Amino acid sequence: MNPPSETGSPSPNPAESPRYRTAGYDSDAQLLEVSLGPQHPSTHGVFRMNVALDGEDVVKLKPVFGYLHRNHEQIAEQVSYLGSMPYTDRLDYFCSLSNNWAYAAAVEKLAGIDVPERAEYIRVITSELTRLVNHTSFLGFMLSDMGAWGTVLMYAFREREKILDLFESLTGSRMMGNYMRFGGCRCDLPPGWLEQARKVVDGYPAFLDEMESLIATNEIVISRTQRIGRLPADKAVNGSMTGPCLRASGVNYDIRKVDRYGIYDRFEFRVPLGDHGDCYDRLMIRFLEMRETLKILRPALRDIPEGPVMDPKARQRNLRPPEGEAYARVEAPKGELGFYLISDASDKPYRYRVRPPSLINLTLLEDLCLGEKIADVMVILGTIDIVLGEVDR
Amino acid sequence: MGITAKNFIASYTKPESLITEEYPEEKPKLPENNRNFPFLVFDDDPDAGLRCVSCKICERECPPQCIYIVQERDENGRPVKQPKVFDIDISVCMSCQICVEVCPFDAIKMDQEYELSSLDRFDPLIHDRQRLSKSNEYYHSIHPAEAAAVDAVLAEKAARKAGNKKAADNES
Repeated sequence: MNPPSETGSPSPNPAESPRYRTAGYDSDAQLLEVSLGPQHPSTHGVFRMNVALDGEDVVKLKPVFGYLHRNHEQIAEQVSYLGSMPYTDRLDYFCSLSNNWAYAAAVEKLAGIDVPERAEYIRVITSELTRLVNHTSFLGFMLSDMGAWGTVLMYAFREREKILDLFESLTGSRMMGNYMRFGGCRCDLPPGWLEQARKVVDGYPAFLDEMESLIATNEIVISRTQRIGRLPADKAVNGSMTGPCLRASGVNYDIRKVDRYGIYDRFEFRVPLGDHGDCYDRLMIRFLEMRETLKILRPALRDIPEGPVMDPKARQRNLRPPEGEAYARVEAPKGELGFYLISDASDKPYRYRVRPPSLINLTLLEDLCLGEKIADVMVILGTIDIVLGEVDR
Repeated sequence: MGITAKNFIASYTKPESLITEEYPEEKPKLPENNRNFPFLVFDDDPDAGLRCVSCKICERECPPQCIYIVQERDENGRPVKQPKVFDIDISVCMSCQICVEVCPFDAIKMDQEYELSSLDRFDPLIHDRQRLSKSNEYYHSIHPAEAAAVDAVLAEKAARKAGNKKAADNES
């Protein structure tokens, strides 16, 4: 971002693109305020932005959210520990099983419950499948934000549906899994599930190749995403961005590698990083992450041991963890998802707090959009990949 | 362009791409674990055979509080192990299955019926005891493996109870 020039004339340096001029330029012109949303077709839910425009350039952007606020944290303080589990599905409804895992991990830490090995494998498998679901549908939505209505979205949804069928036969519901429990998982895998999952995983690279050949060298995609919405690494770290958006700016930070929670230390996978931190990097890093996810899924589906899926000593009903506090986090598809719990030894949490990746990634939206064209705001918002269920809670 | 054309042709010719189900002529085949809304299981008789003993654990544990139970009383005003009123507001229910998990009597299970639309927003969405009661055979037809496991557990419990009673009879 260039500082506004004092004379109010365009920057004298011809190497600088006029795209990056800021407020202060042409100060005679009137600013136009536009309220984008909450019912704009590509605002990803009920999200509103108050944008001030100078011509077509964004000079100010104020996100307005809260339209989907459901008082998640306060409700969780009124119901039992088990009762909050189905509500966590509804945070980020594309990735309900990662949310389940994060909450179960927080309660397990609080109450000191162990998880059997088979359950750990199931957790890794389901949450990596969730990552595939999230990134696949992200690609579809992203392309439809850029104007490719329908076609790519349908290709993405076709693949996503195969994984959702797996989730339905395992958890009973396509999206609202409510599957993990404190000390394991609710039920064992149904017969034939692993073969089905292997089939889906083996078929995925072909889909990714097809999708990548559609997107990666597409002229329109490149001109709409490259050098748009650049996020330098220091700014991303300052804004406590996490997940693929942070890694697209070149910061090597993946909680699966940092914390090595669960059994992630047993799998060989790499963390893809971007160079420029622009929209194109944020788009393509999802492809690379999906390919790494397949590297985790294949050995996990091969090595999963037999055994119980629940710790027999773990209680679900009337769980009263000892007094104390716990914070557990997982690498959800959108970034660091953490649950912070304080127990006062009763059957309800005294304090329940969610650290949602979408909300915190969204705080950098204005920095990304300043100086860009209004048409690019939607692309930038799309690449941050927010889900309003999690932003508003 | 070539990819789009390939997908377009495949969507008419390849069997794995012909996945559209012609609902309502063709009903989707649901996986056994599929769940929608809860129902009450009865053995033999829909009135006396209801497994629910109105212990109200599910009412207490239900996260959105969509279950309402009143216990039956006999003519002397003493509580009977039967629900007088058992209402589930399916406009509130979020199909989380926690009532099924906490029920110690295997009395409440998840249904797979999904054609539940109604013209009224109020009464038809509150399912009363009569509408919720469904037979054990029906339960077997939608969740065969789970129902068989439940029957085995219940038979074992009944056998132990009968054995205890016999032992008590022998002692006296």
